Amino acid sequence: MGLSREHDMHKRRFGRNLGLGLVLVGFVALIFGLTIAKVGQENFEIPNSEKIGSDE
Amino acid sequence: MTDASLNASETGLGEYDAGFGDYFALLKPRVMSLVVFTAFVGLVAAPGGVHPVVGFAAILFIAVGGGASGALNMWWDADIDRVMKRTANRPIPAGRITESEAFAFGIALAGISVVMLGLAANLVAAGLLAFTIFFYVVVYSMWLKRWTPQNIVIGGAAGAFPPMIGWAVVTGGIAPESVLMFLLIFMWTPPHFWALALFMKSDYETAGVPMLTVTHGRKSTRKHILVYTVLLTPVALALGFTSIGGPIYLVVAVLLNLAFLKGAWDIWRRDETMAQADAYRTEKRVFALSLFYLFGHFLAILAQAMLAPYGFGGW
Repeated sequence: MGLSREHDMHKRRFGRNLGLGLVLVGFVALIFGLTIAKVGQENFEIPNSEKIGSDE
Repeated sequence: MTDASLNASETGLGEYDAGFGDYFALLKPRVMSLVVFTAFVGLVAAPGGVHPVVGFAAILFIAVGGGASGALNMWWDADIDRVMKRTANRPIPAGRITESEAFAFGIALAGISVVMLGLAANLVAAGLLAFTIFFYVVVYSMWLKRWTPQNIVIGGAAGAFPPMIGWAVVTGGIAPESVLMFLLIFMWTPPHFWALALFMKSDYETAGVPMLTVTHGRKSTRKHILVYTVLLTPVALALGFTSIGGPIYLVVAVLLNLAFLKGAWDIWRRDETMAQADAYRTEKRVFALSLFYLFGHFLAILAQAMLAPYGFGGW
């Protein structure tokens, strides 16, 4: 069976790929937002780095 | 070999290639909406607060965890879903997604949601989410559902955890308030579900799932609804006297519980002849009321929390 470019399967695959792409872009944006939110907190400190330095 | 035949030989699904919506359907979006709402209320009602982005991410990962449970449930119950008319069009029985794909999808999402919630919030919230997924998939789907007519009673716990998780996102722990929110959904699930079972023509029997209406009869189911509704009332009212309760919540809770008790009483007093005569009007009304009941309680908790800064808060 030959497939034309307009075949339904291509449309579904495009929709799936587009959806997944948007989810991934959203995930990256969320991680970026989380990073900014956590680093921007008043009580933020780099975990243990200074303590490790003072122990040595 | 064409694209389609290659696909068919690999998956055994024929020509159909699942779309994005089919994968989304695996997450049981309607159930997810309840998870999102109750988790959000738990998060907002908790003392203290989190950065809005952290809160948003936490709710999202809780929702994804709930969706993962749904996908794994559909993977395990694919044989039942094929038999029952209501579920025959789900992605797996309809042949749009294979069982192994659904399993992989569910496991991947479960892992991602738990790890990400742990990173975004804290380990207690992540642990509770992991336990919720385990409880729904293993305890409810794999063990209880096909074994006991009390499946919905114990299995309902899985749907009751989200407000506890939302609370833990903020506080990093468990408190009487969060346990009571859990108990509110836990005790509400049986009467809600059994009211539906009374008027919904279902083929659980054909699928070999022991439902109370079949194993103990409809008269016994009516009695169970009344008993569980009576047991639910003190839980709902007790929440009103905690730190997240208050006058608004208490007024709403009293009214809703009176209405729900009246509905359960009406159901108990009826028999099948009466119910069939008016096409299960009371049962349908109580089912609709049960949805409003849960929504109303959590909305009242939310209102108490939101109005607190303006002097309309709790006690």
